[in-house]
Amino acid sequence: MSSYVLFFIIILYLAILFLIAFVAEKKSKSKWVNNAAVYSLSLAVYCSAWTYYGSVGIAATSGLNYLTIYLGPVIAAPLWVVLLRKIIRISKQHKISSIADFISLRYGNNRFLGALVAVVALFAIIPYLSLQLKAIADTFRILSLDSSIISTSVWDDSTLYIALILAIFATFFGTQTTDASEKHKGIIVTVAFESILKLMFFLFVGFYVSYVLFEDPEQIYNGITKQTTIKDQVTIGGFEEALDWLYTIGLSFMAVFLLPRQFQVSVVENIREKHIKTAIWMFPLYLLLFNVFVLSIAWAGNLKVNDVSQAEYYALLLPLQADHTTLALLVFLGGLSAVISMVVVATLALSNMLSNNLIIPYGFLDRFIKGHPEKNTSYIKMIRRSSIFTIIILAYIFYVNFSFELSLYSIGLIAFVIIAQLAPAFFIGLFWNRGSSKAAIVGIIAGFLVTSYTLILPFTLQGITDMSSFISHGLFHIDILRPHALFGLDFLSPPTHAFFWSMLVNVSCYMVISVITKGNYRERNYGEMFVNNSNYGELQDNALVWKGEAYVTAIRNVLSKFLGEQKTQRALNLFFRKYNLPLDTQMADARLINFSEKLLTGSIGSASAKILISSVVKEDEVSLVEVLKILEESKETISRNKLLRDKSKELTILTKRLKEANEELLEKDKQKDEFLDTVAHELKTPITGIRATTELLLDDDEHMPQPVKAKFLNNMLNDSERLSRLINSILDFEKISRGRNDLNLRKQNINSTISKAIDSLSHIAKNKSVQLMQLSQSAIHAEYDEDRILQVLTNLIFNALKFVPENDGIIAINHKFEAGYLEVTVTDNGKGIPKEDVSYIFDKFYQSKNQTVVKPEGSGLGLAISKQIIENHDGEIWVRNNKKIGVTFGFKLPFN
Amino acid sequence: MKKILIVDDEPNIVMTLEYGFKKNDYEVFIARDGSEAIEILETVWPDVIMLDIMMPKVDGYKTLEYIKNVPALSHTKVVFLTAKNKASDIEKGLKLGADKYLIKPFSVKKVVSEINELLN
Repeated sequence: MSSYVLFFIIILYLAILFLIAFVAEKKSKSKWVNNAAVYSLSLAVYCSAWTYYGSVGIAATSGLNYLTIYLGPVIAAPLWVVLLRKIIRISKQHKISSIADFISLRYGNNRFLGALVAVVALFAIIPYLSLQLKAIADTFRILSLDSSIISTSVWDDSTLYIALILAIFATFFGTQTTDASEKHKGIIVTVAFESILKLMFFLFVGFYVSYVLFEDPEQIYNGITKQTTIKDQVTIGGFEEALDWLYTIGLSFMAVFLLPRQFQVSVVENIREKHIKTAIWMFPLYLLLFNVFVLSIAWAGNLKVNDVSQAEYYALLLPLQADHTTLALLVFLGGLSAVISMVVVATLALSNMLSNNLIIPYGFLDRFIKGHPEKNTSYIKMIRRSSIFTIIILAYIFYVNFSFELSLYSIGLIAFVIIAQLAPAFFIGLFWNRGSSKAAIVGIIAGFLVTSYTLILPFTLQGITDMSSFISHGLFHIDILRPHALFGLDFLSPPTHAFFWSMLVNVSCYMVISVITKGNYRERNYGEMFVNNSNYGELQDNALVWKGEAYVTAIRNVLSKFLGEQKTQRALNLFFRKYNLPLDTQMADARLINFSEKLLTGSIGSASAKILISSVVKEDEVSLVEVLKILEESKETISRNKLLRDKSKELTILTKRLKEANEELLEKDKQKDEFLDTVAHELKTPITGIRATTELLLDDDEHMPQPVKAKFLNNMLNDSERLSRLINSILDFEKISRGRNDLNLRKQNINSTISKAIDSLSHIAKNKSVQLMQLSQSAIHAEYDEDRILQVLTNLIFNALKFVPENDGIIAINHKFEAGYLEVTVTDNGKGIPKEDVSYIFDKFYQSKNQTVVKPEGSGLGLAISKQIIENHDGEIWVRNNKKIGVTFGFKLPFN
Repeated sequence: MKKILIVDDEPNIVMTLEYGFKKNDYEVFIARDGSEAIEILETVWPDVIMLDIMMPKVDGYKTLEYIKNVPALSHTKVVFLTAKNKASDIEKGLKLGADKYLIKPFSVKKVVSEINELLN
């Protein structure tokens, strides 16, 4: 394929990426951009050209070792739910934009530490970036088949142009806002897109090699066993190699958190915490799929290409050899995707560190203080843009000058070991509040020096000069100082060996110095906040302990230098409203200081934010004890407030209940008074009759006509009977009101109870010529007090008897089983109940005026007693007028 | 001949009063409750009305209120005859404009003499 055509295809592909990023930025609210799959796929930026080409190289030369790099992340993934969530929460709270910012903030906005982390990251990643560029150049040469022409000038090198386009891409989509903690959705979506492409194309070629080039993977296996002793390649060779594996797994475990590009995609670009839940299975699955065909391709390459120096590019060479140029092109594009996503994200992350942790805090702060907001904004953007270009150009220079002899795999591992130096400060600092900034600085430097001696230096020397005496004999020919076998530890591979010693030194320094020295109060403050994030998370602005004197206007001035007048005003207004402060507050408090620092952190990094804010405020030293005390207090205040809120809610509920109970009692009391009044009235009425009649009879014995006398005497008799009935009813009612306990519950047959009730009233019915009918004869057994239910039935039937017309009155009693209840109804063809009376009919002493006798017989308590009896049975009594004529009373008893 | 309207829902009690007043030369009208009383009062203007308080439908208070609003009955005396004997009840009855407040149980003789006294 002509190199011009190939270059054109690359440009076309880059144009597509631009388009995707552009559309994603435009539709940044869409669910296609903001979902867990995009997040999980963007994590696959982990699979760079190293994975795409390097794994095959390692598999071809030393077997299964390539797997360790993927086992670390797979082990790390389940822990994300706890660990990554914590990191994300802290980062979001503090607008953190890079791992340098994160570590610097943990140790009290330590400027030097942030810069150190940035430098370490640059050391680790720039060679790594250059290797990515090398991969493009190598594969470009292989595919365009013009390896004979070695470019004499950099201006002929297509790699340079590709690198520059990538820099433009990163600049365009990475620096649209000055706030580096903002999301870069365009870049993330292209990364996710590229993750799909690189996996797909790699699977294509894997499938092609396994099933087209060879009949099946077994054939490859059979072929390779004839060539080599396969056992070495597919087994872990003893304790030493197992240790090697273990360390490499640990190394990649750390890298998946600490690599700047991983921190960028997993923390800074995280949109929702819950996306982690998808990522913990999707990301390992992605890695698994990526590794399915690695061995097949490697072994097939060994069989067909058989050029170990080219082992890394077997995936490309195999289809080329078989003249499958299109497939080779796809493989090339997959590799290109891996390179682009890695380069863009890593450059973006590094440029944030370079600008926010090195350039701005060490050179531009004074200028910012003097400058105008627009100027400052453009300065910040300028710094970040030139950082991006600087990094890419540095990587390109490194590639041109040093990297011809280096393999992807080894450079990748060196980067891992260097970046792992951040691990103690990062991981231990998350869980141990004593970890101090001095300890972190010394640990990182010491670890880096050890790494330099044991790994970087020998590697570089070997690469450039072929000078191997340093490696084989050690510094000054001291045997125990041999860089690959320090103190006689000679069985580990160089990266693992370096990892072991550097970590040992790093962790020891970190722990020992942390224990010996005390950090300043600010460090301890942030230490507390990071370690106990779940406690202080809700404290937010309160969690920063700060004492001193500061004017709001001074802070406003600083803020407006970066945010502009309008945005500053809006942010401050929001802040004042949030804490219920007057808008014209004069003196700033700790919360405002913290809030302002946070506002600036995204733009210029946490260390610079702290320096800028403290330049306009007078800060007092706060003792460590005080810090802890204040923190503890604000924590307590919050929990106390919560307690108070809960208690007051409880009290409100209690008060409401009390009120209700009181009202109920008052109501009951009133009812009792009314009841007594009514009882007194009802008792007095017959007594009044008797008294007046007796008087008349006594006085007027001679003049009174006989019929009148007889009538009076009869009245007296009636009144006396009424009186005794009344007294019985009242006693009865009192007894029944006492409740369920007095019930004599037995299994009874309702059919026979109804019969008994009808029998007892049959002679009255006969006298009135009223027909009593029992409609159902079915035996239903239920548990009830038969005497009481009989009383209810008698009362209902007797009432009906009073209302039905003489001679053609009909009273029908029915019973049935329905929905867990035994239902009994008494229906008559009487006058019915006046509508307005229906709701009072069960009240005490209610007596209907529709009765067919002039003066009702009865106490007025009958229905009230019936209701009470049914309610004591947990049943229900009701009445309704029939459609045409008469009324139906009914009651339901629960069926046990 | 003086006219009296007895308003009470208890026939036994009404009977004793009817007997007592008739013997003392009253023309006696009887109503079983307030609404019946109001009906009768459309055609009859008695000299005195004897009112029970606790009656169904229209009670004694409401009946009194009605009577007070009929100009033709402005000279009619109204007497409560009731079992409600609490001081507050009596006060309320008199405040509403009753001329006398008599309490059940009662002596027929005494009630008649009280009414006589009221009308002279």
